Amino acid sequence: MAKRVGTEVSLAVADTVKLVNADVISAYPITPQTHIVEHLAELVANGELDANFIPVESEHSAMSACLGSSAVGARTFTATAGQGLELMHEVLYVASSMRLPIIMTVANRALSAPLSVWGDHSDVMAVRDTGWIQIFVENGQEAVDNLLCAFRIGEDPRVLLPVMVHLDGFYLTHVIEPIFMPEQSEVENFVPPNQYPLPLDPNNPVSMGCFAPPVIYAETKWAQEVNLRASKDVILECWNEFGDQFQRHYSPVESYHSEDARVLLLTMGSFSETASLAIDNMRNAGKNVGLLKLRLWRPFPFDEIRQAARNADVLIVLDRAMSPGGPGGPVCSEIKAALYQEEKRPKVVSFIGGLGGRDITIEGFEEIINKGIEISEKGSNQEYEIFGVRE
Amino acid sequence: MEKYAVYVPRLVNKRENFVPGHRACIGCGEALAVRLACKSLGENVIIVNATGCMEIVASQIPYTSWRVPWIHTIFENTAAVASGVEAGLKILSSKGKTTSKNVKIAAIAGDGATSDIGLQALSGALERRHNLLYLCFDNEAYMNTGIQRSSSTPFGASTTTSPAGKKSIGQVSWKKNMPAIAAAHNIPYVATACPSYPFDLMAKVAKGLNAEGPAYIHILSICPTGWRTAPDLTIKIGRLAVETGIFPLYEIENGEYKLSVKIPELRPVTDYMNLQGRFRHLSDATIEEIQQRVNEEYAKLMEKIV
Ligand SMILES: Cc1ncc(C[n+]2csc(CCOP(=O)(O)OP(=O)(O)O)c2C)c(N)n1
Ligand code: SF4
Ligand SMILES: [Mg+2]
Repeated sequence: MAKRVGTEVSLAVADTVKLVNADVISAYPITPQTHIVEHLAELVANGELDANFIPVESEHSAMSACLGSSAVGARTFTATAGQGLELMHEVLYVASSMRLPIIMTVANRALSAPLSVWGDHSDVMAVRDTGWIQIFVENGQEAVDNLLCAFRIGEDPRVLLPVMVHLDGFYLTHVIEPIFMPEQSEVENFVPPNQYPLPLDPNNPVSMGCFAPPVIYAETKWAQEVNLRASKDVILECWNEFGDQFQRHYSPVESYHSEDARVLLLTMGSFSETASLAIDNMRNAGKNVGLLKLRLWRPFPFDEIRQAARNADVLIVLDRAMSPGGPGGPVCSEIKAALYQEEKRPKVVSFIGGLGGRDITIEGFEEIINKGIEISEKGSNQEYEIFGVRE
Repeated sequence: MEKYAVYVPRLVNKRENFVPGHRACIGCGEALAVRLACKSLGENVIIVNATGCMEIVASQIPYTSWRVPWIHTIFENTAAVASGVEAGLKILSSKGKTTSKNVKIAAIAGDGATSDIGLQALSGALERRHNLLYLCFDNEAYMNTGIQRSSSTPFGASTTTSPAGKKSIGQVSWKKNMPAIAAAHNIPYVATACPSYPFDLMAKVAKGLNAEGPAYIHILSICPTGWRTAPDLTIKIGRLAVETGIFPLYEIENGEYKLSVKIPELRPVTDYMNLQGRFRHLSDATIEEIQQRVNEEYAKLMEKIV
């Protein structure tokens, strides 16, 4: 039986990488991801993790080295945040398009300028279309659990895609939480060895990364898309089996008092915990409100979102990133797109908050919900509102 | 010596691992250099290729000219990808998770991918001492994208982004000394080569491949399309680059410089330059300036030769 230990979430993430016995870790330090890679370097240096740690000279090279090690069939992990994720940008597309199951924890961080080491989801949204499977987590336990799942999902021969696990910088990376760390045997039972079907190997030479003329480019991209969408079944299967084995349950869109709620708030990442406390308060005060937590970001859970929003009158989406000059929060835009064709759909209200590490308190969430209800009734001349911004 | 000359070619790997049918231009010195290098790399190798002419001419879906495992990802990260390949294979074999043994890793890239956009990744890989051989095929410009200048383009050459004009002689900077930069990383083996000296090139590739640690070979690759040269003069022009002292062939083994091809008396640079359209616009004064510089650089190199 797994023990519950008090640990910093970053250390627990690194320990999880040890539990899956990763072969290669290639990473470059950036706040707030540093504790993850420092601890991994330490585990390797102490011989506790038999892996090759490549202390690369940049994130661009970190992800590039991951391509190489994954292509020879090594179980490959990296972690980054904010600017680092952006520096990896062009390489991220290659990882998914070449079907290399690299696993990455992203300690979500705002993007410069102005420089901010604190958390938001600007980095996530900038890599939305890179073709990776992307999962949001709410606390340290979920970061550990979903990292285990990420290895199993990404390396599954039916999937073979890279996976990002999004973990809010500081709010999650730097807190100490009681976490059930699974036993080695449980992990071995749950995550089978990586068996990449066609690695670079002189015994069976393959050419990887050939270029596509116009007659074939669209077909390769479509094949990739079909595969990413189909990965959802494997993700669901993985979470189900995880639930059976570990008694902790995950789904693409999780709900909290949402079944009968007329008003729904949707959040992702660590904000969901605080938001649920606001929901408790408001329900105690007799308000018919509920919470949706978006866990699976890519592939986007269209059916689950439609199902979850079906009976609500108002859906308030709280994004942690901007889409400058655009229609509102990036997540909200997608929710609107998912619901637009529905015959019965809630009014959707877009809020953006928590930028650059700005906290939102329980009262803040209550205010957002109340304001959202007001906007849904009276309308607004703004596409969206930044919660708490001083003008 | 006579006997030796007959014997050496017999030792060459007869198998082509970079096979014909690719779409390089007629007389392409880079394709020839790659072909020769591949003979020496053998079959127990993984090649990591940067974006550039050699990638584009030889890997259009669904075709490939590569008979050994080969990977291309993007332009500037070749040394980093190769680092990952090396690190991955090393740990897999130490954990007994692969049946392949002693697989060699070769990173191949153009001068742009090496001396400009990929310099940081290369420096990182050399500094971390990954066991890999990096081959820079230097055709002295970004040829794949249409003959734009690189930091490896020679002084005075006209390219599409350093065009000669009323107010310009073409490229106004002197060629970056990549072998010296590689050597400054204190790696065990650095060399220069040219396919006009095929046995020298193949011997160096074999040496670099077996070096204990990273190795770097800088290979001058004549490009008829970009240099505006006659395709049937490729071999000759390569020899002239060496005989004029413009591109001396040498090795740096554990810091010691050794000259590979001795030139008793350097030919004038015009013997080399006059055959090339990219230098056609140059005045006698500029050519004289180039001659001076070549003499100086050659003398500096000779001082280092042991
Ligand atoms: C990030 C990035 N910038 C620019 C390019 C465009 N590009 C592709 S190949 C190339 C030049 C290649 O030059 P070199 O490395 O010298 O190889 P060659 O084609 O001359 O053999 C350029 C500029 C690219 N693919 N990626
Ligand atoms: S442009 Fe030059 S280097 Fe490229 S294929 Fe043609 S001749 Fe070779
Ligand atoms: Mg070039």
